[in-house]
Amino acid sequence: MATISQFLGRTRGVNRLHSTDLFSYLYLILGTILMFGPMLWLVLSSFKSSAEIIKFPPRFLPYQQVMVDVDGYADPLPLFDVQIDGLSRQLVQIDLDGATATMIEPTNPSNTYSVRVEDRIPVETISFRFDNYVEGVQSFNFPLYFFNSVIVTVAATLLTLFVNSLAAFALSKYQFRARQSIFLVMLSTLMVPLSVILVPVFLVITQIGWNNNLLGVIIPAAATPTGVFLLRQYMLTIPDELIEAARIEGASEWRIYAQIILPLARPALAVLTIFSVMWRWNDFLWPLIVLSRSELFTLQIGLNSFQGELNVQWHLLLAITVVSLLPITVVFAFLQKYITTGIATTGMK
Amino acid sequence: MTTRSQDIPDQSPKTIIERFWNRSLEFIVSIFDVPFRYLQRWMGMRRMPYIFVIPNLLIFGIFILFPMLLNFAYAFTGGSNFIPTERRWVGFDNFSKLLNCTNYFDPNTCSQDLFWRAVFNTSGYVIAQVALMVLVSLLTAVILNRRIKARGFFRSVFFYPVLLSPIVVALIWKWILQENGVLNGLITAIGFESVSFLANANWAQFWVVMISVWAYMGFYTLILLAGLQGIPSELYEAAKIDGANELQSFFRVTLPLLMPTMLVVLVLSFIRAVQIFDIVFAFTGGGPGTATQYLVQFIYDNGFASPTRQYGIATTASILMAGVLIIFTIVQLVLQREDNE
Repeated sequence: MATISQFLGRTRGVNRLHSTDLFSYLYLILGTILMFGPMLWLVLSSFKSSAEIIKFPPRFLPYQQVMVDVDGYADPLPLFDVQIDGLSRQLVQIDLDGATATMIEPTNPSNTYSVRVEDRIPVETISFRFDNYVEGVQSFNFPLYFFNSVIVTVAATLLTLFVNSLAAFALSKYQFRARQSIFLVMLSTLMVPLSVILVPVFLVITQIGWNNNLLGVIIPAAATPTGVFLLRQYMLTIPDELIEAARIEGASEWRIYAQIILPLARPALAVLTIFSVMWRWNDFLWPLIVLSRSELFTLQIGLNSFQGELNVQWHLLLAITVVSLLPITVVFAFLQKYITTGIATTGMK
Repeated sequence: MTTRSQDIPDQSPKTIIERFWNRSLEFIVSIFDVPFRYLQRWMGMRRMPYIFVIPNLLIFGIFILFPMLLNFAYAFTGGSNFIPTERRWVGFDNFSKLLNCTNYFDPNTCSQDLFWRAVFNTSGYVIAQVALMVLVSLLTAVILNRRIKARGFFRSVFFYPVLLSPIVVALIWKWILQENGVLNGLITAIGFESVSFLANANWAQFWVVMISVWAYMGFYTLILLAGLQGIPSELYEAAKIDGANELQSFFRVTLPLLMPTMLVVLVLSFIRAVQIFDIVFAFTGGGPGTATQYLVQFIYDNGFASPTRQYGIATTASILMAGVLIIFTIVQLVLQREDNE
């Protein structure tokens, strides 16, 4: 009980090494294994051959059988460890007939042996093959889906930033009659998620003719109330004197927005950019409804349909999953600080 | 304003790119400046904010506000026609159809048994997931708030899965949990029978909870961590001087002061949990049987996937769901206000 109490009461700044510290590190290490383990397993598995991947129990690292070039044979042949008359030697297999394999010495191809299947053990080395990546990218229409995802993410993010920042500028820097009501209506819809209005939004989309059109994915979510709210809160902190001074110098309202407010709101814009990229890149339900033609699929929809096929080709699926993770991971690696502080202060995702 | 070009031109590549970038920005700004200046002259400066909110308001109105109203047009009409004006007025038929049960604790006695199954599954999931989520992220936040080495690293470790797409999360775990996956490999290695996790209703429900906690706990941990760091350390010192032991100061100082943050976490995770869809859709597809069919999937199936589309049923279900979400949010706001007073 005493240890628990000490542990719970600890805050930063008290510095004694204690059994509770041990518990903390144990927890964190276990946590790291649980959080990163699955990712590591995904990456390791993606390098395995299609034969290796269905092996049970699975092995941790990707192995591959050693293949040897032998004079007189066009293709490389698989190498095995074989026990013959108590001597172990390495032979390559040229033929397999039921329970017996015909094998030869790699250095002396004329010596043939007949070996029972269970007496030979494949010689393997650890090898990270990129075959899955190459084949996956080709077989899956990956470049097209990737391209669609990039288009949607970039276009939607730019549109969101533009439209939201204009609105936030108006709502934070002007006194006009409808201001309060516009702001309130937007805030009240914060609690109405897309999943509640799926059917009617889809009707609107089809009436405009945007079903099976990337526009139908890009435009509807561009006016995020969250984005407007976040930017408005930040712009409120920008002093009005700057705007007054610019007006006296004859700048138009547009120039004030584009050349004073936007540069000063850069931190908030950065946070919104990161969120928007994350939302759009990972978006699933809405694109699933709008896009039914496979040449318009985004990466997430493509991945889902690929994994839903009857015979899932896991070795390819895992490889392209890893590729689909790369952009977000790179963004995270570079902007980690922005992302974590952004979430901690605004509480959104 | 942008920087003026210097007198002595610097030819290093970086400044050339920078200057090019500034010039093109300036160019874009001035292209837009022409129509906006014209508008401003015509409308006057006082009315410019209306121009600025219009693009956002237009998208917002067409794709959020208007559909919210349309939802009711669907809910009070019947038939399988997609165009609201060609649908038949049925009043509260859809509501009574959905709520029609002889025994509310047995989905089999309901006319829309799938809906009630989804309601039960979702309730179970929400309770288990939110409870586990709050506990795990609180524990993690408290530990991360201590004086530990490599704090930033551990924070990122717990946060990274938040960035993954739901499909990827589902795929990773499907790969781990499948019949001859790595988890069954470990289980058989220590001498147990392997388990078909995704073919067993209870296991499937269990893993849906675990996976969503795995995927999102980093998010709530961050929010709680921010809350913990906002508690001034003088309070702990004062508590110590007053003779409080560590356990007392956790329950008397930390928890009460963390309550507003806990409330945010509770509400956010609740709202998110009620809407669970993507992960499960790719992970189990609702199966085995109907074991992991949740509310949003019911809406999706009726509105977009089943051969006979029942838009009225789908929208009515979504209105009921929205009702629950709104009530919960209002409760939170009220609690928060009381808390502030």
